[in-house]
Amino acid sequence: MSGEPALIRVEHLYKEYYTDAGTVPVLKDVNLEIRRGEFVAVMGPSGSGKSTFMNILGCLDLPTAGRYVLEDSDTGSLGKDQLARLRNQVIGFVFQGFNLLPRANLLDNVALPLVYAGMDREERRRRSADMLDKVGLGKHAHHAPNQISGGQQQRVAIARALINRPSLILADEPTGNLDTHTSEEIMELLTELNTRDGITIVLVTHETDIAAHARRLVQFVDGQVTQDAALPRRTGKAHA
Amino acid sequence: MITAMVREAWSAMGANRMRAFLTMLGMMIGVAAVIMMLAVGRGTQYAVEQSIAAMGSNLFIVLAGSTTDTGLRLGSGNAPTLTIADADAIGELPEVAGVAPVSPGSAQIVYGSSNWGTQVIGTSAAYLEVGNWRLDDGEMFSDADVRSATRVAVLGQTVAKNLFGDESPVGKTIRIRQSPFLVVGTLAPKGQSLDGRDQDDTVFVPILTAQRKLFGNNFRGAVRYVMVRAVSAEAMPAAEAEMRTLLRQLHKLPDRRPDDFTIRNLTAAANAAAQTTKVMSIMLGAIASVSLLVGGIGIMNIMLVSVTERTREIGIRIAIGARERDIRLQFLLEAIFLSLIGSFVGVLLGVGAAAIANAVASLTIVVTLGSILLAFCVAAAVGIFFGYYPANKAASLKPIDALRYQ
Repeated sequence: MSGEPALIRVEHLYKEYYTDAGTVPVLKDVNLEIRRGEFVAVMGPSGSGKSTFMNILGCLDLPTAGRYVLEDSDTGSLGKDQLARLRNQVIGFVFQGFNLLPRANLLDNVALPLVYAGMDREERRRRSADMLDKVGLGKHAHHAPNQISGGQQQRVAIARALINRPSLILADEPTGNLDTHTSEEIMELLTELNTRDGITIVLVTHETDIAAHARRLVQFVDGQVTQDAALPRRTGKAHA
Repeated sequence: MITAMVREAWSAMGANRMRAFLTMLGMMIGVAAVIMMLAVGRGTQYAVEQSIAAMGSNLFIVLAGSTTDTGLRLGSGNAPTLTIADADAIGELPEVAGVAPVSPGSAQIVYGSSNWGTQVIGTSAAYLEVGNWRLDDGEMFSDADVRSATRVAVLGQTVAKNLFGDESPVGKTIRIRQSPFLVVGTLAPKGQSLDGRDQDDTVFVPILTAQRKLFGNNFRGAVRYVMVRAVSAEAMPAAEAEMRTLLRQLHKLPDRRPDDFTIRNLTAAANAAAQTTKVMSIMLGAIASVSLLVGGIGIMNIMLVSVTERTREIGIRIAIGARERDIRLQFLLEAIFLSLIGSFVGVLLGVGAAAIANAVASLTIVVTLGSILLAFCVAAAVGIFFGYYPANKAASLKPIDALRYQ
C-alpha cells in the first residue's frame, strides 16, 4: 500500500472551546496521515480529544486552526454544501448509539443517504435492499429499528454507512452499547470491509481488545498524539 | 428527491396525528371563516345589485317643492309646484328617455269577500318602462286610458295574491274606494327595494283617474313627483341641469328664488349603497383573515416544537449528507402540508356552511370561486411564511450540537 497518496492529512490541527471560564484547548497541534486502506484505532482517556478529532475528520466540526485535507480537498476552503457532499459520498458514520431514524423502516434507513445523493426511488430501493442482504438483514427490511436487536441495528447502521460506497468509515465507539459476542461480530464485519473492500476505517474505542482488530493504533492524551504504532495482527501485515 | 421529501413530511405528520389535526384546525377555522365572511358580503352585494337592477338604471326622481308660504314647511312633494305639463315638457328633453308623473295615495281594495290595503300609484303608461317593471299577465293601461281617466288597474304580485289567491285577476273587477276598476294586467314580481319595502305591494291606475276619481286634487294637474329616466349614465349630469333650467323657466322663478322642486339622482344613491356593501364585504374578509394569521402562528408554534423534538434526527441527517437546504425543505414541506390540508378542509367547511346557511336561513350567501382561491392561496402563503422560521432554525443547527442533543 505504500506509495499511495494519503486519504487523510492533518497538519497542525488545533481545536479550542470557548466557555465562560475561558478558552479550553482540546486539540493541540495534531499531525497525522492516514493512507487509503488503513484500519486505524484511536484510543485515549476521556477528554483526550479523540472524539473531537473524529468529529473534525467527519466534517461535523471545524478546527480552530490547522489544515485537514480529505481526498485532496482542503476542508477549510469548502462551503457547507461541499462538506455535506463529502459526508454523503466519501464518509460513512457508525455511531455508538446506532442513530437510526426510529420512524423509518430498515430499508428506508439504509436508503436515506441515497435520497440526499439525489438518486431515484427504484435505484434507492434496489441498492439498499442489496446492502441489507450483505449485512444479513434482508428479511427484516420492513421492520422498524426498535423491532431488532442492538447488534442488528448496528449492522443496519453499517449498511447505511456503506450505501454510497465511501472511501472512509468513521466508527465512534461502535461496540460501546453491545455485548462481547455481538461486539466481536461487528468488528469482524468492519475488518472484512477493510481487508476485502479496501475501505479505510478509523475507529475510536477505549477497549483494547476492540482496538486490537485494527492494524495501527493512535493514542491521544491531552489533545496530542502520544503514540502512533503499527499493530501486527491477524492479516499479519503492518501498515507501510 | 422532492417526492422522497414529500413522503417523509407526510409520515412525520402521521406520527403525530392528534397534534397535526389540532394545528390544522386553526387553518380550517381561519379559511372557513374567510370564505363564509366573503360569501356573506358577496351575498349582500348581490342583493343590492339585484335591487338596483330591479329599480332600473339612470333614474331621477323630481319632487314637488314644499309649502313655505305660511311658515309651516311640509316637506317635499306637498306643494302643487309640479304638474303633468311639467312632466310632458321634461319628456321632450334630448337627454331624457322616459318620464312618468306620479300621484300616489293609499286605498283599501276589495274583491269579492277579500280586501287589502295598499299603495295606489296614479301614473302614465310610461311608468312601466321608466320604473323597469315587467308584466306577468294582461297588459298595461294605455295613454288613451290616462287621457280619458278610465277605471282600469294593474296589480302588483302581492296585491294579486292577497285578493285573488291562485285565481287570475285579469278581466275581473275590483273596488278601490268603492269605485269599480277593471284589472287589465298584473306585474311581474320585483321583490324588496333597497330599504326593504315590498315593491310588489302596489296598484297602478291612470294618473287622471287617481286624481279625479280616487284621491281628489285641489290643484288641477299637480303631481307629487315625476320619475325620469335619462338616455344613459353619462347623460345624467346634463339631463339634471337641463331639467333644472327647464323647470325654473316653466315655473317663472327669478334668479334669487330657490328651486321649488327637488331633483334626486336615484342611481347615484343606489350606487353609493352598492359601494357601501362592497366595503363591508372587504371589511368582513379582513376581519376573518385575522383568524388565518392566528392559524399560521399555530403552525409556527408546532413546527418549532417539532424541530426541537427532532434535533437528533436532524443531526443524523446532516451526518449522512443532508445539506442545509434539504433540512429546510423538509420542515417547510411539513408546514405547507399542515396549512394546505387545513385550508382544504376549511374550504369544504366554509362552502358547506354557506350551503347550509342558504338552505336553512333565508340569507343570500354567494360563494365565489375567487373567494375560495383567495382563501386557499393566502393559507398556503401563511404556511410558507410561518413555516420558514422553524425550518430555517432546523437547517442552521450545528451538526455536532444536533447529533449530541439528548
